[in-house]
Amino acid sequence: MNWDWNFFWDVFPDVVSDGLLITFEATVYGSVIAYLLGLVLALLRRSPVRIVRGVTWAFIEFIRSTPLLVQIFFLFFVLPDIGLKFDPLTTGVIAIGLHYATYAAEVYRAGIEAVPVGQWEAATALSLPRARTWRAVILPQAIPRVLPALGNYTISMLKETPLLLTIGVLDIAGAAFQEGSERFRYLEPITVAGILFLVLSYSASLLVRWLERRVGTVH
Amino acid sequence: MFDNLSLFVSTISQGLLLTVEATLGGIVIAIVLSFVFGLAMLSKSRTVRVLARIYVEIWRGTSEVVQLLWIYFALPILIGYRIVPLLAGIVVLGMNFGAYGAEIVRGAVQSVPKAQYEGAIALSLTPAQRMRRVILPQALVEMVPPFNNLFIQLLKGSALLTLITAHEMTYQAREVLIQRHIDQAGLIWTVVLLFYLVLAILITTGMRALERWAARLVGRKPSQRRSLRSMTFAAKSHAPGGGL
Repeated sequence: MNWDWNFFWDVFPDVVSDGLLITFEATVYGSVIAYLLGLVLALLRRSPVRIVRGVTWAFIEFIRSTPLLVQIFFLFFVLPDIGLKFDPLTTGVIAIGLHYATYAAEVYRAGIEAVPVGQWEAATALSLPRARTWRAVILPQAIPRVLPALGNYTISMLKETPLLLTIGVLDIAGAAFQEGSERFRYLEPITVAGILFLVLSYSASLLVRWLERRVGTVH
Repeated sequence: MFDNLSLFVSTISQGLLLTVEATLGGIVIAIVLSFVFGLAMLSKSRTVRVLARIYVEIWRGTSEVVQLLWIYFALPILIGYRIVPLLAGIVVLGMNFGAYGAEIVRGAVQSVPKAQYEGAIALSLTPAQRMRRVILPQALVEMVPPFNNLFIQLLKGSALLTLITAHEMTYQAREVLIQRHIDQAGLIWTVVLLFYLVLAILITTGMRALERWAARLVGRKPSQRRSLRSMTFAAKSHAPGGGL
């Protein structure tokens, strides 16, 4: 056992200042993409056109069954080839957002299916146009109840941000690893990263639980 | 464009065995830990419950990547030697997904109707018999679909082993193929993704068979609803990290 407390306290602020912002950015932007795109996918899954439903289903299953890491590499290498030159953080955020959009789509779907069928019938009886039915009747009831489930995915995304170190974006874990390789000692920096993730995800989970109590859950 | 396809497929399939080994090894450890800690969380002893809870929260709350880097790069400083990448990977996959699995086991055991406990007590079964012959067989049916999702997450997680230089499929693509065929990166990564897709479908097929078997074991018909959904194999409500 040779744990070095001095080194621990030495690297702690460095890891926080180098990585925390990137971790936040990746998580927040990733969540925004996932929530919006997930809703689009959920609506496409209910499209009246059979082929649209089928293609959306296949896309969702494919993305969900394959590793995010490989998807990150795919976008990182392929996007520039088709003329989309993003910086690595943007590429990573797109990959994370896309991956979790497929999970969010299932959450939205459950939320939409949980809206009582009488609401649809009432909307039809009032001859509301389809778009208005969605916007004013169905989604306002479905979305609040899926927020806790979406929140859980944001926690998952938080824990996936270290994957971005493979394309040169240094979040908390990346910063810790960098610090470790510069000082030839990984023990304390990586432990710092672990502690930070534990604190972040645990406090986020308390937030989600509070949200659950506010709105109830849908699965 | 497809001239090199067979080269890509054969190079990537050289990593297939390691991916499968890591996944299966991880699954075995995860199952054991799921049951040990899932039941421990239901223990009468407060100490046991707290210890199990600590394991679950630590392994769910810290990122899988961080755990992998910690075991492979940080732990050697404490114990004096480095474990081989495959073993480090299996340990992390097992410990990490065991924590999620423990919640599945706990939830499934709790979902068994209370009357089943009362019936077992009325028949004066010992607590061990009660668990083994009455509760667990019924809980098992409930566990299989979420475990299916978990194992697919675990398969996906095995790609992270590339970070600690285990020569699995993602490593083969990234370190061997991409260097020489960067102009065909799209094709290479597509092949890798398809390999994972096939493995995920295999896991699902196996778990469906297991579910039918477990349902027969307790005299239930396999539920129609689930078999209709046979094609949707990924997570429903059990996300990676969905619980925490």
